[in-house]
Amino acid sequence: MEKVKCECGHENPYGTYLCESCGKPLKEEEGKLANMRYEGTARRSQTYRKNVVDKIWNFFSSVKVGIWIIIILLIASSLGTVFPQEMYIPPAADPSVYYYQEYGTLGQLYYQLGFHNLYGSWWYILILAALGISLVIASLDRVVPLYRALRKQRVTRHSKFLERQRLYAVSEETYADPVQKLDEAAEALKKKRYNVRRENGHLLAEKNRFARWGPYVNHVGLIIFLIGGMLRFFPEMYVDESVWVREGETEIVQGTDGEYYIHNNEFIVEYYDDERDDQFQEALENQQDPVVETYETQATLLKPEAGGTIGSETDLEKIKDHDIRVNDPLTYDGYSLYQVDYKLNEFSKFTFALELDDEEIAGTEFTVDLNDPAMSYDLADGYTVEIMEYFPNFEMDENNEPTTINRVPDNPRIIFEVFPPDLDPDDPDTTGEISFLGVQLNEALTEDNEYAIRLTDADLVDVTGLTVRRDRTLPFLIAGGAIFMIGLIQGSYWHHRRIWAQHSNGKIIVAGHANKNWYALKKDFQYAHEQAGLPYPDDQAELNEEEGGSSENGSTKQ
Amino acid sequence: MAQLSSNLLYAAFFLYLLSTVFYAVSITGRKFKDRAGTEKNRAALLGYITAIFAVLTSLGYFAARWIAAGFAPVSNMFEYTAALGIAIALAFVIIYPLYKNNYLGLFTMPVVMLIIAYASMFPREVEPLIPALQSDWLTIHVITTVIGQGILAISFVAGLIYLLAMIDFTKKTKKVKSMEFILFTLIAAVAYIVLGFGFGAAGYEAEFSYVNENNVEAELSYFYPPILGPNEGELITEQGFEPLVEMPANVRSNDANTVIWSVMGGLFLYGLLRLSFRRPVGAMIQPLVKNVNLTTVDEISYRAVAIGFPIFTLGGLIFAMIWAQIAWTRFWGWDPKEVWALITFLFYAAYLHLRLSRGWHGEKSAWLLIIGFALIMFNLIFVNLVIAGLHSYA
Repeated sequence: MEKVKCECGHENPYGTYLCESCGKPLKEEEGKLANMRYEGTARRSQTYRKNVVDKIWNFFSSVKVGIWIIIILLIASSLGTVFPQEMYIPPAADPSVYYYQEYGTLGQLYYQLGFHNLYGSWWYILILAALGISLVIASLDRVVPLYRALRKQRVTRHSKFLERQRLYAVSEETYADPVQKLDEAAEALKKKRYNVRRENGHLLAEKNRFARWGPYVNHVGLIIFLIGGMLRFFPEMYVDESVWVREGETEIVQGTDGEYYIHNNEFIVEYYDDERDDQFQEALENQQDPVVETYETQATLLKPEAGGTIGSETDLEKIKDHDIRVNDPLTYDGYSLYQVDYKLNEFSKFTFALELDDEEIAGTEFTVDLNDPAMSYDLADGYTVEIMEYFPNFEMDENNEPTTINRVPDNPRIIFEVFPPDLDPDDPDTTGEISFLGVQLNEALTEDNEYAIRLTDADLVDVTGLTVRRDRTLPFLIAGGAIFMIGLIQGSYWHHRRIWAQHSNGKIIVAGHANKNWYALKKDFQYAHEQAGLPYPDDQAELNEEEGGSSENGSTKQ
Repeated sequence: MAQLSSNLLYAAFFLYLLSTVFYAVSITGRKFKDRAGTEKNRAALLGYITAIFAVLTSLGYFAARWIAAGFAPVSNMFEYTAALGIAIALAFVIIYPLYKNNYLGLFTMPVVMLIIAYASMFPREVEPLIPALQSDWLTIHVITTVIGQGILAISFVAGLIYLLAMIDFTKKTKKVKSMEFILFTLIAAVAYIVLGFGFGAAGYEAEFSYVNENNVEAELSYFYPPILGPNEGELITEQGFEPLVEMPANVRSNDANTVIWSVMGGLFLYGLLRLSFRRPVGAMIQPLVKNVNLTTVDEISYRAVAIGFPIFTLGGLIFAMIWAQIAWTRFWGWDPKEVWALITFLFYAAYLHLRLSRGWHGEKSAWLLIIGFALIMFNLIFVNLVIAGLHSYA
C-alpha cells in the first residue's frame, strides 16, 4: 500500500488519521475534536478489509467483539451456579437421577443441557479460546502502531492538531519574547516531573508514557494465564491422586511412580473447648455439635534406599517429618500432600479365643490382622484354627452369595475352621468345625459344634485421607498472574499526560491530552499557569456539553 | 475486649450519622448563603473530620475484635459485612480530598450506615475458626478484597448521584422506574433492619417443628411473625400464630418469611413516601443534587473503578487462588463464590473497555456502576446464604 506523505515531510502508513510526526489531520473527520485513540495511527483492522485473514483479524481486533465475548463468558459462567456442579454433588449420587430428584424438572433440564459440567464443556472452552484470540489480535492491532506513533512524535505540532485537542487555549497577550515564557514553563513542568523536550523554542512536556503499555502488559499476562490453564489438557502436567494411610502404616504415594512413601505416625482431631477458648464461649454454647479445631496427620515422607528393589518396604529412608494440616500441606520435590479426609475408629485387629462348654481354653487366644490376615493359627495344646474365607466388608450379593464390597475392614466377617489336637489340619480328608464370626455374630456352620470361637477384643485405628498434587502449570499461572497485575497497576495508577506549548507570532498556544484522569492534567496546567503564566486551557469537551452536545465527549468516542 | 469492640462500632455508627448531617448542612446551607456564607465550608470540613473520626473508631472496633478473637474479624457474615461498611468509609476518606465533593459525603455516609446496620442483623458472637480458615491468607485475601469492594462502592455512590441529578422525574420513563426500583431496594433494606431490631428488642421468637426436605422431623426458629410457615409445621412455642401460607419442604421458610416482611415493610415505607409527597422518591431527592457538577461526579465514579478494580482483582482472584491452592489443594474449583468473583471481575473489565474504547461516559457508565455494585452485594448475600458452597460459613 502506498504511503501518505504529510506536508511536514513525514511518510505515514496508509490509513493514518493524524500524522505520526506533526499530528496534522490527514483525513477530514467530523466533530470539533481530534480522535486521539491510538494517536490516530493506521491500525491494520481499520485499513485492510480484503481476504479471509483480514476479515478474521478485523473481527477479533474489535473491542466491541471483545466486550461481547466478556459478556457471553459472564452469562455462561453464572448459569453454572444455578445448581451445584457435578463435582459438588454427593460422590455416590448418580447425576442422571440426582438433579431431577433434588431440583425437579428444571434440574433435569440443567442436567440434559450439560450445565452440571458447564465449565468443562466444549462450548465454554470455546468462549475462553475466543477470549484468548481476541486478546492477542486486539492487542497486536493497537500496540504496534501506538508504539510507532509515540516514538516518532515530534515536538512541533501542526496548528490544526493543537486546536482540535480537548484542552486548548491561545494566550490573549502577545509576548515580545514568547520563547523565554516557554523556558519558564519548561522549568515549572520539570518540577512536576514532566519530561520536557524542546524544538525551535516549542515545548512538549510528557509524563508517565509507560502507563500506555499497561493494558498490553496485562493482556500478555492474561494470555500466559490462559495458556497455563489450557495446559491442563495434558495429563502429564499434573497429578491429582489420593491416598489413605492407617495409623502406623506406610503407603506408596500415588502418582509418584513409587518414588515416595508416606508413613502415618498418628492422626488427630482436636475440638474447641469452651473453657480453654473462652472468647468463643457464646458461639460454642449455641452450637450443638463440637467444632473442630484441627485435623492433623503426623506424617513421615520416605523414599526407597538407593539400590533397593522398588516395592519392598523394608529399606526405606526418611526424607522428612511434617504435621500435615488443612492449610499446611507437606511439600517436597513439587509434590504436595494435603489433609482432606479422615476416618476414625476403623477395625484393625480382632482377637479371638477358643471356648469349650463356655469356658475359654487357656492359651488359645489369637489375633487376626484384618488388613493382612494370616490364614492359619497354631494354638496351645495342638489346637489349630484356619481361616476358610475372609470378607473385609461383608454383604450378600444379588444371588444371595456372601461377598465383600471392598478391602476396607468396615464390616469384617470370617469363616473359621477349628482343628482340635486329634485332627490333622493338613489331611485333606478331615474337616474341622466351621463357624462364621463377625461383630456381634457367632454362627455355627457345621452341626453340633463342640468348640466355640469368641471375639474377645478389637483394635481400632484412625485413617487419614490425603490428596497428592503436583501441578506443572503453576509456573505459567504465577507468571501470567503477576504480569497481569503489573500491567493492570501500570495502566490504572499512572496516567499518560502531554502538554504542548508553542509560540506563533508572539502568541502562546497550549494544548493538552491525557489518556485518562483529565482532572490531574488540568491541575498541572493550573500549576504551570500560576508558576509561568502559561494560558489556562478550556475544556472543549465540557463546552460541547454545555452547548447541548451529548454527554459523550468527542475525543474518546470512536 | 469484645464488649469494647461492639461499643466502638456503635459509636462509629453515630459518627457516620453526624458526618451525614454535616454534609447535608454543607449542601442545603447554600440556600442561606448571604446570611451565613462562610458557614457552608465549615460544615463540609466538619463532615470530613467527623468521617475521619468515624473511620478511626471503626478501625478501633476492628482492632479490638481482632485482639479478642485472635484472628482478623472477617470470618463470617457479620464481620465481613461490617468490614465492607468500614472499607467504603475508608475509601471515601481517601478519595474525598482529591475532589472535595460534598455530595459524595452526603450519599456515602448513609450507605455505610445501612451496610453496618445490615451486618448487625447477623449473629455477632465471636466464632471459632474451622481448620480451613486458619491461615494468614484469611487476613490477606479477605481484607484486600473488602478494600477493593469498598472503593468500587464509591463508584456506585457517584453513579447514583449522577443519575439522581440528571434523570427527568417528571416523565414516566423506564429510567425513572429503574431508579425507583433501586431506591425501593434501599428502603426495603431499611425496613428489614428496623423490623429486625424491633422484633429483636421485643424478644420475638416462634419455634416450629416441621418436616424438612429429607423427610425428617426438625425444628425451625422464626424471629419475624410467621406469615409463611414451614412444611407441615406445628407451632411449639406460646409466641407466634398459625402461618397464613405453608411453604414446600425445599424452601427455607423462615428466610422466605423474612424476605416477605422486608418487602412488605419496604412497600409500606415507600408507599407512605409516595402518598405523602405525591412524587417519585427520586424526585424528592433530586433538589439536593441539582447543583452537582456532572463531569466531576462522572470522573469520580471512573477514578474509583480505576483504583478499586486492581485491588479487588488482587484480593478477590489472585490472593484467593493462592489460598485455594494451599487450603483446598487447587487454585480454582468453580465454587459459586469463585465464579461470582470472576463474574464481578469480568463485569468491571467490560465496563472499563466500554468506557475507554466505546465512549460510554456519563449516564450509561453510571447505570453500569449500579449493576456492578448489585453484583458485589449479590455475591455477598445471595451466594453466601442461598447458593450453598465452600464459602457458606455464616
